[in-house]
Amino acid sequence: MKRRNLLATAAMGLTLAFGGAAFAQGMDKVKACFVYVGPIGDGGWTFQHHEGALAVQKEFGDKVEIQWQENVPEGADAERVLTQMALGGCNIIFTTSFGYMDPTNAVAAKFPDVKFEHATGFKREHPNVTTYNARFYEGRAVQGHIAGKMTKSNKIGYIGSFPIPEVIMGINSYYLHAKKVNPNVELSVVWAFTWFDPAKEADAAKALIDQGVDVIASHTDSTAPLAEAAKTNGAVIGFGQASDMAEYKDGPRVSSIIDNWAPYYVKRVGALLDGTYAQQDAWEGIAGGEVEIGEITDKVPADVKAEAEALRDAIAAGTYHPFTGPINKQDGSPWLAEGATAPDGDLLGMNFYVEGIVGDIPQ
Amino acid sequence: MDFLGGINPVILIATLMASAVPILMAALGETVVERAGVLNLGVEGMMVIGALGGFIVAVETGSPVLGFIGGAAAGAALSLIFALLTQVFLANQVATGLALTLFGLGVSSLGGQGYNGIKPPATGQLLPDALADLPVVGPIVFGHDWMVYFSIAMTAVLWWVLKSTRIGLIIRAVGESHEAAHALGYKVNRIRLMCIAFGGAMAGMGGAYVSLVRVPQWVDGITAGAGWIALAIVVFASWRPWRVLIGAYLFGGITVLQLNLQVAGSGIPVEYLSMAPYLITILVLVIMSAGRRGKANGAPAALGQNFHASR
Repeated sequence: MKRRNLLATAAMGLTLAFGGAAFAQGMDKVKACFVYVGPIGDGGWTFQHHEGALAVQKEFGDKVEIQWQENVPEGADAERVLTQMALGGCNIIFTTSFGYMDPTNAVAAKFPDVKFEHATGFKREHPNVTTYNARFYEGRAVQGHIAGKMTKSNKIGYIGSFPIPEVIMGINSYYLHAKKVNPNVELSVVWAFTWFDPAKEADAAKALIDQGVDVIASHTDSTAPLAEAAKTNGAVIGFGQASDMAEYKDGPRVSSIIDNWAPYYVKRVGALLDGTYAQQDAWEGIAGGEVEIGEITDKVPADVKAEAEALRDAIAAGTYHPFTGPINKQDGSPWLAEGATAPDGDLLGMNFYVEGIVGDIPQ
Repeated sequence: MDFLGGINPVILIATLMASAVPILMAALGETVVERAGVLNLGVEGMMVIGALGGFIVAVETGSPVLGFIGGAAAGAALSLIFALLTQVFLANQVATGLALTLFGLGVSSLGGQGYNGIKPPATGQLLPDALADLPVVGPIVFGHDWMVYFSIAMTAVLWWVLKSTRIGLIIRAVGESHEAAHALGYKVNRIRLMCIAFGGAMAGMGGAYVSLVRVPQWVDGITAGAGWIALAIVVFASWRPWRVLIGAYLFGGITVLQLNLQVAGSGIPVEYLSMAPYLITILVLVIMSAGRRGKANGAPAALGQNFHASR
């Protein structure tokens, strides 16, 4: 990833955001459409987006019509789905996976009157494209703290989906905070190269467990890694990802990151209804309520739980940034100086591991 | 016992035997179906419906064994729709098979509402711990659940049936030349129908293994493409049961190995590791079948052709 390009895009987006306040007319009825990468029943990522969609329906009642499509592959197929939705009268289309970035911008060019909102991406090539994301790395910091304290083998694992900045951010944050409380900790990363494939996610978790890892964080969409950890009779713990995954509370799940998209979706559709809608680049975290930390269970000792909650609250209050220097890159070159915090541009284009993580990021 | 920095080959082999079961079961079933001259591309659909059917039965009855039987029944029931359309109404097999996959995914998604987040009863290992705890042979030979043994036994049985029994001969005759088989007095469509149902049952059991053992839970689309891998393995294995087993183990093994290599921090780039299962499986099976040219790849001559007695 070329950071200069990224900054240029970001700058362009910003200019557009301020210059392009062209949509200043309210609407009587909005058709809001959602594109999902997996099935709603995944119990994780897509499930939470759909909860957000349902919240929109509930909030605005018959002023809003919602429509969605599940299991839309990333890539060319997504363009067809988006075009169909735009032709089918959707006023605002939420595309809820990183891989929809280029299709979203391509279709947005053809339908200037339809608003497009792309989750977790950074391209806003047209005035009708907004990007939104959540600061999941804040939640990863809390998980990393728990992982560092809880591991007995000093080996912790992370199941990555695709090597994109959002995932790399999570890995770095998780590792930094584990390392902070446990200097001996070693991190193993497995790339599954899928968002949703329960069997493969389970295999990845098993590979980690077979090699002595006893705390697993996952960045894929299903509950399979937790199910695999549950087979170890408590020897291995993990975290709920995207959704609370509360059904594993009496098993391996000790906490979770919950994506709460509902406030954002309600806000954006509401803005379209009352005419205040404008292009933007939204990135909220724990403070904004988009990232929630699921209940930390009793498996975690009370003092660790208190520390983790204090960390969460410090991040929410803005007094602590998970990426606070001094932090070096993997090759030893300095990234953040003492006391400096990571600029958003660096995070959104993150393509390097921090010092101490072993292995290469697939390019 | 370690090689490649921390990977234990014993655990690796034991894991691959379990992780290959769904693909192996589905591919064995499809081998019989295709040997009878029917191309059923609905394997993925039958697997996923079997995964759901098995899951529901196991959860409701508390018995994993009944669950597998339920999975087989669900897979067979779905395959009978295919059989009805292609053997009675003579619909195009390719189109019907693809439709069956879409139908199976949709129906399972609908029927699975309310089963998310439930844990099924566990399928334990078959043999006592005393055997499973033996070094090396313990985990590899004795440490599995019964489905692993069942899948290997089915490979042997199907090999024997197809090769050395009258039933196998009839199935092959129907698949090679349905006209000739018909002239000899065999009920071509009825034989095919039974083969299709058998293939459906096997795919359903394979699917049930995913939802009951490998990922013990139900989520939509849980098989995530395993059916397509099974279909490919049948072709590359030249429609022979033992080669199907090799193909499934290779695929399962390299999938597990590549994940382990990643964890162990090998220097091999992850991109190559990720494509290795597909590449190596295809390569090995193609090389194995490359020896005999004349008889081509062993595809049943009447594969994919419908039969009607009036012709």
